[in-house]
Amino acid sequence: MLEVRQLSKSFGGVRAVDGVSFSVRAGSVHSVIGPNGAGKTTLFNLVSGVDTPSAGEVLLDGRSTAGLGPDALARLGMSRTFQNVQLCMNMSARENVMLGAHLRTDSTLLAGLLGRTRGADQALRDEAAQLMEQVGVGRYADAHTTQLPFGALKRLEIARSLAGRPRLLLLDEPAAGLNETETHEITELIRSIAASGITVVLVEHDMKMVMNISDHILVLDYGKKLAEGTAEEVRKNPQVIAAYLGSD
Amino acid sequence: MKGLVRPSQLVALAILLLLPFAMRNNFMMDVAVRVLLAAVAAVGLNLLMGFAGQVSIGHAAFIALGAYGSGIATSRFGWPPVLALVAAAAGASVVAWLIAKPILRLKGHSLTMATLGLGVIANIVLINEVAWTGGPDGMPVPPLQAGGLALTSVGQWYALAAAVLVLAIAGSLNLYDSPAGRALRGLNGSEVAARVMGVDVASFKVRAFVLSAFLAAVSGSLTAHYLSFVSPSMASFTHSVELATMVVLGGMASTYGAVLGAVVLTVLPQLLGGLQGYEMMLFGLILMLTMIFLPKGLVPSLEDRLRRGVRGADDA
Repeated sequence: MLEVRQLSKSFGGVRAVDGVSFSVRAGSVHSVIGPNGAGKTTLFNLVSGVDTPSAGEVLLDGRSTAGLGPDALARLGMSRTFQNVQLCMNMSARENVMLGAHLRTDSTLLAGLLGRTRGADQALRDEAAQLMEQVGVGRYADAHTTQLPFGALKRLEIARSLAGRPRLLLLDEPAAGLNETETHEITELIRSIAASGITVVLVEHDMKMVMNISDHILVLDYGKKLAEGTAEEVRKNPQVIAAYLGSD
Repeated sequence: MKGLVRPSQLVALAILLLLPFAMRNNFMMDVAVRVLLAAVAAVGLNLLMGFAGQVSIGHAAFIALGAYGSGIATSRFGWPPVLALVAAAAGASVVAWLIAKPILRLKGHSLTMATLGLGVIANIVLINEVAWTGGPDGMPVPPLQAGGLALTSVGQWYALAAAVLVLAIAGSLNLYDSPAGRALRGLNGSEVAARVMGVDVASFKVRAFVLSAFLAAVSGSLTAHYLSFVSPSMASFTHSVELATMVVLGGMASTYGAVLGAVVLTVLPQLLGGLQGYEMMLFGLILMLTMIFLPKGLVPSLEDRLRRGVRGADDA
């Protein structure tokens, strides 16, 4: 479903992502791992259209996404979360999730001014509450976003993405900053998301989690692809052990 | 959830209906009409500044476009005032669209700079095109009339201005809780998040800009007819700053805040009297004090306090 070909991105003289290629099969959980500064988040930004690549291309369902911004990619069924959380702190938690359903709503100014979206909005409010319940932040359904602790914000982002009913979901370090119990819950959540038919691409530091849920793992180091394969293959790869796992 | 009308709208309507009975003289009614007309523009500017977070410091230009559009079309071409008003508002919307369309593709504060430029240009054109605009002296504008009925008394004007403001408030409140309103507020909160959720950010900013220009022009047209006179000071930088101050003082994204801002900034200079030349200082001072003590603005700060008060009572 997703194919990345020779993707590169340079910042000044630094090649943050350097000729990376991989492909993601529909319905799988695909993880990208690597030490800090390996280019994981940059890779995500390139794939999700937040950044433009210096070279190479990204294909979604065989079509090049060159020149498409995140909003255009959302229309094609892609969604993502952010390592440092990008939520609208000027809105309620539930409104953030409702914003996730933007493309499914009548978002013309006229419909809004005339109040013609009220019925649909009411249904959407309930749906947003359900999604919040599903990701485990149901008790914040009536809270303002600024009142949520960090762990809840990370889940709220996932609920917001799910509201858009994506086919492909990129999760940027969903377990960062979470304790062990929370990480376990997030792992289960990702598993259930994948089981519902959404293809998941994951950037994560928590090795246990990655090894647990990934069908396929890509290892980056200094912007380059170091290894690729199943959890078992990657675990045994001597280069990976030397560069990453063995460094501890 | 709610019926077609919110409780807050009923309260606002009641205030608007009862207010004339508290007015002791025509001077107070006159100030009230000015407040209502200014509030229409402020509610519109709030859609751009409060909802979408895009600052305009040239919005008086759109008020002037409406005012002079109405003035020139009625007095020089003999158009019916209602047609002139609609045409002027449509014209201002087109101008806003032409400005915003290319500029909002860029990032940062380019829109703010462009609106500043627009305000300056509008002011210069109005002063120099004497044959059309009457130059620095301004020009007279015939009374507002439709089908043989002319609005003349201040009471009639109060009714019309109140009706227009009620419509603007209803539209703004509806928009706030609609998908389009969430898209606008969302791109204000986190542009990248809004984009990832599929919001065409540039397009929404353009739409908010056009809508706010439309309301400014309607306010300007009505003001021109009400005062029977237009002058270039309508497009002045001072007037633009005054409008922006109304929104900031009342509270970003708060519809009633914009109305309250219009009340304070229209009534205060009247109370202080003879501020000639020092308005700018007053607006600047209000803006500064708001930023320091009530960064969220009057209405949102009051709402916070009330909510906290209610919760405190529950705990007790």
